[in-house]
Amino acid sequence: MDEKVKVEHLTKKYGDLLVLDDISFSIKKGEFLCIVGPTGCGKTTFLNLLTKIIEPTSGNIYIDGIPADPKVHNISSVFQEPSAFPWLTAEENIEYGLRIKKYDNKYIKEQSSKILALLGLEDYKNVYPRDMSVSMEQRVVIGRAFAMNPDLLLMDEPYGQMDIKMRYYLEDEVIRLWKVTGSTVLFVTHNLEEAVYLAERVLVLTNKPATIKTEIDVGLERPRKVSSPDFVEIRKQLTDMIKWW
Amino acid sequence: MEQIKTKKVEVRNLSKIFFQKNSSFEVVKDVSFDVYDGEFLVLLGPGRCGKTVLLNMLIGTETRTSGEIHINGAESGKPSPAMSMVFQKKALLPFKTVMENVELGLKFQKIEKEQRRKICQKYIDLVGLHGFENSYPHELSGGMQQRAGIARAYAVSPDILIMDEPFGALDAQTRYQMEEELLQIWEKERKTIIFVTNNIEEAVYLADRIILLSSCPAHVKAVFPIELPKPRDLFDPEFLRIREQIETQTDLSL
Repeated sequence: MDEKVKVEHLTKKYGDLLVLDDISFSIKKGEFLCIVGPTGCGKTTFLNLLTKIIEPTSGNIYIDGIPADPKVHNISSVFQEPSAFPWLTAEENIEYGLRIKKYDNKYIKEQSSKILALLGLEDYKNVYPRDMSVSMEQRVVIGRAFAMNPDLLLMDEPYGQMDIKMRYYLEDEVIRLWKVTGSTVLFVTHNLEEAVYLAERVLVLTNKPATIKTEIDVGLERPRKVSSPDFVEIRKQLTDMIKWW
Repeated sequence: MEQIKTKKVEVRNLSKIFFQKNSSFEVVKDVSFDVYDGEFLVLLGPGRCGKTVLLNMLIGTETRTSGEIHINGAESGKPSPAMSMVFQKKALLPFKTVMENVELGLKFQKIEKEQRRKICQKYIDLVGLHGFENSYPHELSGGMQQRAGIARAYAVSPDILIMDEPFGALDAQTRYQMEEELLQIWEKERKTIIFVTNNIEEAVYLADRIILLSSCPAHVKAVFPIELPKPRDLFDPEFLRIREQIETQTDLSL
């Protein structure tokens, strides 16, 4: 079995409020999985559980068969708001996690120059976040996450507010990074088109309390074309499942 | 067809340059376009291309470096009651209820309370906030706050409504819902609308005509009349084709 991540009976209650109700699924090694769901269904709680920032009421998460633990596993996160460290340059930001984990300097430099090259940001490696555009800062943060070769990379609507041309560019970039690094990615989005564009598999959550409604395999060739009939068909199918108005 | 259209707004050779100590920064470059009476016009441009500066000049809160703006045939330079605006961020007063927010403009115009309440109630009902008149903004969801903002803009019965990425801060699903509702409101209460967005899909869904702006400094790159009947189907092949056509002409501003 090449199961990388296994989530078993994950449940979260805040007092009497049931937010997540018995969620079980697994992610294959190197898979790109998207999660979509109606607004306010508990996606953020779900991600916070996976990062181990909060503890579940019951159930557990396993990575490589061991209960997930930030001290053992590399779990990286990218949020909607760019979160580069303002006192570090692009390069130092990308190296940050590697230094925390005390890798040797040669490996760190190799890793950061590889990521900078993939992002096409070699010329900007000494730039500080205050001199970057929002999109560039977000790209640095994404690079920082991939640099760790994470066991699990969690992305929470990283392209939420960008215009579509930018999104397409960044979506292609994230696919490139994912392919080169072979990371296992879990990507949360509201944007169904984005989900179909990126994912190998899409998990659809229900309204709160969230459970898994269904999953859809997106078996389309890359690069995908948003106007191709197959693409539109899958997107339509997803929309019908989520539409509440 | 061309003759019956009356020009509501004429923008001619509009430019804006910001001067600093030793440098200058051009944001809007020689922009000209018309807006017709009752038209739903979308200004589409990539992120940070100068759209908001262009709008601010249009409503008169930003000075221009050069160019002319005519509204209803008359030169315009100051904010006027002929235009009202819906903002990107929730610009509601947090210490006032929905009703008090919506009636602000009419209050400033010194309309009697009874009458302005009646007018405002109509628009509150129209945007689907019936029953929330006495709620405060923080008690409402993002979508509902934007609805209150739209009701407030309509309440002064402006000639022209300007909307600056009103749905930009909403999630994708709420956004689709709000787009549908806005079209319904527009069908009921025909106003000239100038709608700014960076979202191509939203533009094609709403617009009678799209003016595509370049990346900074903004100038008019192309104009697309959209003739598909409304409400439009996001999955219609023709819709997707138009989207793609506009997308290929849009600048990427990395």
